[in-house]
Amino acid sequence: MTAPMTITEKILAAHAGQDSVAPGDLIRVDVDLALANDITAPLAIRVFEQLGPREVFDKERIALVPDHFVPNKDIQSAQQAKVMAEFARRHGIKHYFELGESGIEHVILPEKGLVVPGDLIVGADSHTCTYGAVGAFSTGAGSTDLGAIMATGKTWLKVPAAIKVVYEGQLLPWVGGKDLILFTIGQLGVDGANYKSIEFSGEVIRDISMDNRFTMANMAVEAGAKNGIFEPDEITRKYLEKRADREGNYWQSDPDAHYEKTIRIRVDDLEPQVAFPHSPANVRPLSDVGHIGLDQAFIGSCTNGRIEDLRAAAMILRGQTVAKEMRLIVIPGSPDVYKQALKEGIIEDMLDAGAVIGPPCCGPCLGGHMGILAEGEKAIATTNRNFIGRMGHPKSEVYLANPAIAAASALLGRIGSPEEL
Amino acid sequence: MKFKGNVWKFGDHVDTDLIIPARFLNVSDKDELAGSCFVDVRPDFAEHVSPGDIILAETNFGCGSSREHAPLAIKAAGISLVIARSFARIFYRNAFNIGLPILESEDAPDFFSDGDMISVDLATGQIKGEGMDRQFSAKPIPPFMQEIVRAGGLVEYIREKGAL
Repeated sequence: MTAPMTITEKILAAHAGQDSVAPGDLIRVDVDLALANDITAPLAIRVFEQLGPREVFDKERIALVPDHFVPNKDIQSAQQAKVMAEFARRHGIKHYFELGESGIEHVILPEKGLVVPGDLIVGADSHTCTYGAVGAFSTGAGSTDLGAIMATGKTWLKVPAAIKVVYEGQLLPWVGGKDLILFTIGQLGVDGANYKSIEFSGEVIRDISMDNRFTMANMAVEAGAKNGIFEPDEITRKYLEKRADREGNYWQSDPDAHYEKTIRIRVDDLEPQVAFPHSPANVRPLSDVGHIGLDQAFIGSCTNGRIEDLRAAAMILRGQTVAKEMRLIVIPGSPDVYKQALKEGIIEDMLDAGAVIGPPCCGPCLGGHMGILAEGEKAIATTNRNFIGRMGHPKSEVYLANPAIAAASALLGRIGSPEEL
Repeated sequence: MKFKGNVWKFGDHVDTDLIIPARFLNVSDKDELAGSCFVDVRPDFAEHVSPGDIILAETNFGCGSSREHAPLAIKAAGISLVIARSFARIFYRNAFNIGLPILESEDAPDFFSDGDMISVDLATGQIKGEGMDRQFSAKPIPPFMQEIVRAGGLVEYIREKGAL
């Protein structure tokens, strides 16, 4: 009999070829999928090449996604993207996606069915933890680690201790995954889960959609977590059945698995949350925000650039007009999200309201391009980080919120609720 | 390994966007990256940092993105060592992988200020201020990780030893 384990521990044990693992164990694991983007791949490729001439460990288990500074924003970015494209061609990387097919890495990989329950995924991007939404162990790493994984297919990890967050009750209107995770980060602090695993559970989670789960798992790293994870269920199965060739492994945590800490959150009175500058943990309920005038609203990113996010925003924007002197930028997370939004008339509604629509990419989230803030400007964004200078000038401010609140705020010209419209 | 240098003091939660803002990530040359290190919070840093200087910070240093450009920029700017009360997980791993030694110390960050000269022994974790008797402690770094630092990073270490 092995000791009871969490879903994270079960996935790690399976990939280490062991019956069981316990928090603190150092293990060597097989990696199912390795990921890098146009910023992190060039460094990883340099490491890979410094390790000596060789083939990659598996041409079908590396994903290289141009999304951060594409369509290339300047000559230097173009050079970086070219390094990745040429490497992909030279090594026959199956999952390299050129513009047109490409979108935000953490939106397109699940869409294309490349991540399934029970997988172990390492990506040179901190938001790789997004795939915990499908019940995979998924974590961010640096370029050196990724270069070594591209060469060997293996890496070493320390088994994280686990924190369980249990959400109970009934969600209020305009409250979703973004609010749950912002509130949770506010409770934990930006390092409250450093080195740890966060497992999302409870009755609220059992009913919540995949797009909401992606949003929540995506931001686990904002509390410092190594991974955020959901136990895969019928909602997961339904999402993946037409997308993935592989079935995956629907591990569940044992009922008596050990958690370092269990946090219970009653959601009945939970309002939409807004994270104030300059920390994702600096959250306040919408009713405590006060008057914050805005210059820009941004709806998109690996956190909230999926179809349900655009639907929520469109519901508010339909037939309305963006406030005077206010910019609304919407970036669908992938070509599929974009096409679906076109089909549903969402894009037209947004354009009619005065939004500008960008091509699928990370856009202004990390201050790359397509909506950089000037000195003193304030923006509401559906993104994941509001650090100093994150979206532009070091003296600009970013407020994080869900897509419905961002849309309502774009109409109001200040941070506000759809109820005020 | 022993280090001696002047302190650059930082607070809690120094994130990777502060270490190197994303707008400078369109290059991966470490010397170019070094020129933009801390540009938004300490615009004088890149110009005035001297080879061997030491960063001393509070909790959760290096939180945020996984960009390895952050420790690369710090190292290429001339910083020999980063001491903090704690580090974010991905930064910790990246730093050793690129050969930037880092130490966790509970008490040293309270005591020293910008410009103080300190000496540090990586093997014992002892931290001492110039002309001071009082010693501070950090978690020592195990020998194989000191070897990675001495080699200049994980790649160099593997090339020297032929294995990890």
